[in-house]
Amino acid sequence: MRNYKNVIAAYSIMIFLIILVGIFQSWSIALTILNYCLISAVMTIGANIQWGYAGLINFGIMGYTALGGLAVVLVSVEPVKKAWQVGGLNILACIWIIVAIIFVVKFILNRFDKSKLRNYSVASVILGGIILLRVTAAPGIEAIESVDPAKTGFLGGMGLPVLFSWIFGALLAGGLAFVIGKIALGLRADYLAIATLLIAEIIVSIIKHEEWLARGVKNVIGLKRPAPYEIDLQTSEWFINLVTKFNSSKLNLINSISDKQEALNQMVIDASSVYVKLCFTGLFLTVVIFLLIVTQKALYSPWGRKMRAIRDNEEAASAMGKNIVKEHLLIFILGSAIVGLAGAMMVTNDGLFTPGSYRPMRYTFVIWVMVIVGGTGNNFGAILGGFVVWFLWVEAAPIALFLINLFTSHLPETNAVRVHLIESAPYFRFLVIGIGLLLIMRYRPQGIIPEKIIKQ
Amino acid sequence: MDFLNAIIVLFNFTVIPALAYGSQLALGAIFVTLIYAVLRFANFATGDMMSFGTMFAVILTYYFQSLGFGLGVLPTALLTIPFAILMMILYMLIIDKFVFSYYRIKKSPPVQFAMVSVGVMFVTQALIRIIIGPSDRRFLDGEKFIIKATEFKEMTGLAEGITLKSTQAITIIVTLIVVSIMFWFLNRTKTGTSMRAYSDNEDLALLSGIDPKRVVLITWVIAGILATIGGVLYGLDKSYRPFVYFNNMLPIFAAAIVGGIGNPFGAFLGGYVIAFAEIFVTYAYKRFISYLLPEHLEPDSLLQLLSTDYKFAVSFSILVIVLLIRPSGIFKGKVI
Repeated sequence: MRNYKNVIAAYSIMIFLIILVGIFQSWSIALTILNYCLISAVMTIGANIQWGYAGLINFGIMGYTALGGLAVVLVSVEPVKKAWQVGGLNILACIWIIVAIIFVVKFILNRFDKSKLRNYSVASVILGGIILLRVTAAPGIEAIESVDPAKTGFLGGMGLPVLFSWIFGALLAGGLAFVIGKIALGLRADYLAIATLLIAEIIVSIIKHEEWLARGVKNVIGLKRPAPYEIDLQTSEWFINLVTKFNSSKLNLINSISDKQEALNQMVIDASSVYVKLCFTGLFLTVVIFLLIVTQKALYSPWGRKMRAIRDNEEAASAMGKNIVKEHLLIFILGSAIVGLAGAMMVTNDGLFTPGSYRPMRYTFVIWVMVIVGGTGNNFGAILGGFVVWFLWVEAAPIALFLINLFTSHLPETNAVRVHLIESAPYFRFLVIGIGLLLIMRYRPQGIIPEKIIKQ
Repeated sequence: MDFLNAIIVLFNFTVIPALAYGSQLALGAIFVTLIYAVLRFANFATGDMMSFGTMFAVILTYYFQSLGFGLGVLPTALLTIPFAILMMILYMLIIDKFVFSYYRIKKSPPVQFAMVSVGVMFVTQALIRIIIGPSDRRFLDGEKFIIKATEFKEMTGLAEGITLKSTQAITIIVTLIVVSIMFWFLNRTKTGTSMRAYSDNEDLALLSGIDPKRVVLITWVIAGILATIGGVLYGLDKSYRPFVYFNNMLPIFAAAIVGGIGNPFGAFLGGYVIAFAEIFVTYAYKRFISYLLPEHLEPDSLLQLLSTDYKFAVSFSILVIVLLIRPSGIFKGKVI
C-alpha cells in the first residue's frame, strides 16, 4: 500500500488543481482542460509503451496523431457522391497501381540476387510507377477538387458513426507504423528519432496538400459528435427542468419573472456546454481506464517481462532466443495505434480537422516531455505526466500574466518593458515546459512516479 | 540561341537559388555534425540556436540603423555578425555549463543527451519569442540586386535573364570563406588536430594530454560562429521568423546525415545535395523544355515531378533512402 501513496497523492493534487481552475476561471474551462488532459494521457500511454517498455525513441507522434484525425474525416463525413462520380475511378485505379508497384518490387527483391541490375530495376519500377500514378491521378484530382470547392472538393468519408473512427484511426496508425517500423527500426536510437521525426513531417505534408483526401489546409469543419449538440439541449424540456432543479435555490432569490427567465436562459446555455463536455469526459475516461487496465496487465505479464528484458539488455535477450526485431516491430505498432486513437479522439472533441495545426512542437515534443516528466515505464506516471504537462501548457500563460502584473505593478501602465512582457505572456509556457524538463532530467531522471518492478 | 536560353532559365531558377540555399544548409549541417562528432549527441536545439544568434543580429541591425551606421551597398547585418556571434557563444557556453556538462561527465547515453537538447530547444524558443516576438522581420538593407533580369537581357540580347540577388552572392561568398577557414583550422592547426583526435577516440586523446575542457570550449566557439552566420545569411535571404528556423532544422539534419554524420566535409556537400535535390525535383521544367524542343512538340503540363508543397518531403525522403541503403552517409561518416 505504501507504494501507492505517492501515486494517490499526485493524482489528488492534480484533481485539486483542476477544481481550482473550475472555481477561479470557469467550469467549462476546467472541463476543457480535463478532456485534453485525458487525450494527452492516451498519447502518453502510447509513447510510454514504445519508450518505457521497449526503449524505442519515436519522434513521429505528430504523424500518427494526424493520421488518427484523418480517420475521423474518412469515417464520419458523408460521402460526396458527385466527387466519387467524377474522380473516384481514377483514385481507385491509383490504389491498384500502388499495390501493383509494391508487389512488383517485392517480387524483384525476392526473385533476384543482390546486384546493381536489381537496384536499377527496382528504382525504375518505382519511378515509372510514380509517373503512371501522376498521369492517372491528375485528371481525377482536378475533377474532385472542382466539385463545389467552397464546401466539399473532396471525396468525403463513409458516413458511419464517429466512434468507429477511433478504431479506424488506431488501425490506420498501426498500419503506418508497420511500414515505418519495417524501414527504420534497425537504426540506432538517435537516428531512429530523426528518421521518425522527418517521416511524420512527410505524412503531415501529404495530408496538408492532398486536397481531394480531406480538403488539406482548407480544413473540415462540423464533424459528427458522439455527444448531443448544445443547441438541441437548450431547447429540450428535460434539460431545462434539470437545470431549474439544480439552481432552484438561486432562482428563487430572483423575484421578477422576466429576470428569472433571463437568468435561467443564461444558466441553460452554460450548463449545456458543461453537459456536452461531461459527455466527452465520460467517453475519454472510459478509454483511459480501459487502456490503463490493459497496459498494466500487459506490463506485468510474461510478455511485459520479456519487453523489459529486451530493453535492458538486447544481447542477452537475443541469446535467450527472443526475436528482438519482431518484438520491437510489434511494440512500435501497438504504441502508434494508441497514439492514432488519441488523434481521433482529439479531432472528435474539437469537431474540426485542421491539418495546418499539426506542428512537431505541440504534438511530438510536448508529448515526450509528458512521458519523461511523468515517469518512463510506469503507466500511472505517464498518465500523470500527461495531466501535469498539459495543465502547465494551458495555465502557464494566465499564471505568467498574473506574476508579470504582480512584479511590474510599481511600473506605470505604459512602461515599455511591462507592455512587452504582457504581450509575450503566452510564450512563457515554452519556458516553463523546457525548464521543467531540464530539472526533471537532472534531478529525477526516472520521472515523478518512477518505474517499479514487481519481483515474482 | 534557344539552347543558351534554356541553360539560362535553368541556371536562374534552379542553380543560383540552390547554391544559396545549399550554403545556408551546409553551415547548419557542419554545426550539427561538429556537435555530433565532438560532444556525441544529436542536437535538437540546432534550429533554435541558429535563430537565437540571428535574433541578436536583427536587434543590433535595427540599433545600428537608428544610429545611422551602415555599410553602404552591403547590408548592415554583416557589421553586426561579430557581436551576434559573441552573444551566441556566451549563450552556448552558459547552456553547456549548466546543462550539457553534467551529462558529459556522467557519460550518459546519446538518447538522454537528445532529450536534454529538446529541453534546451524549448527554453531557447521561449527566450526568442519573449525577447523579439514571433513575427516576421526583414532586416535587409543596402543594394538588393547585383544583376537584374532586365539589365542582363539588354546586355546579352537573350530572351531570358539572370537575376542575382546580393544576398545570394553574399551567402555563397561568406560560406566559402567561413568553411575554408574552418577546414584549414581543423586540418592544419594543432588545436584542430586535437579536436579530431578527441572525436575519433576520446580515451586515447585524453592519454596523449589533450585537455577535454578546451576541446569542448573550442567546439562551442566554432559552433556559435557557424550557427550565427548560417542563421543570419538565411534571414537576409528569406526573412527572420523564429518558427521557420525550427523547421529548417529538419533539412539540416537531413544534410548532415546524408553527408555522413561526424564528417564536416560530408556535411558541407550534404547541404548542397539536399538543396539541389529539393529544387530540381520540385522545379517545373516546362519553360526549359520548350526552348529545347521544336514548337509543335511543346508540352502542355508543367513537367513538374512534385509540387513545391513537397519541398521538405523530398529532402526527408532522400534522408530515409540514404539511411536505408548506406547509413554511414554518402561520404562515410561515423559508422552507426
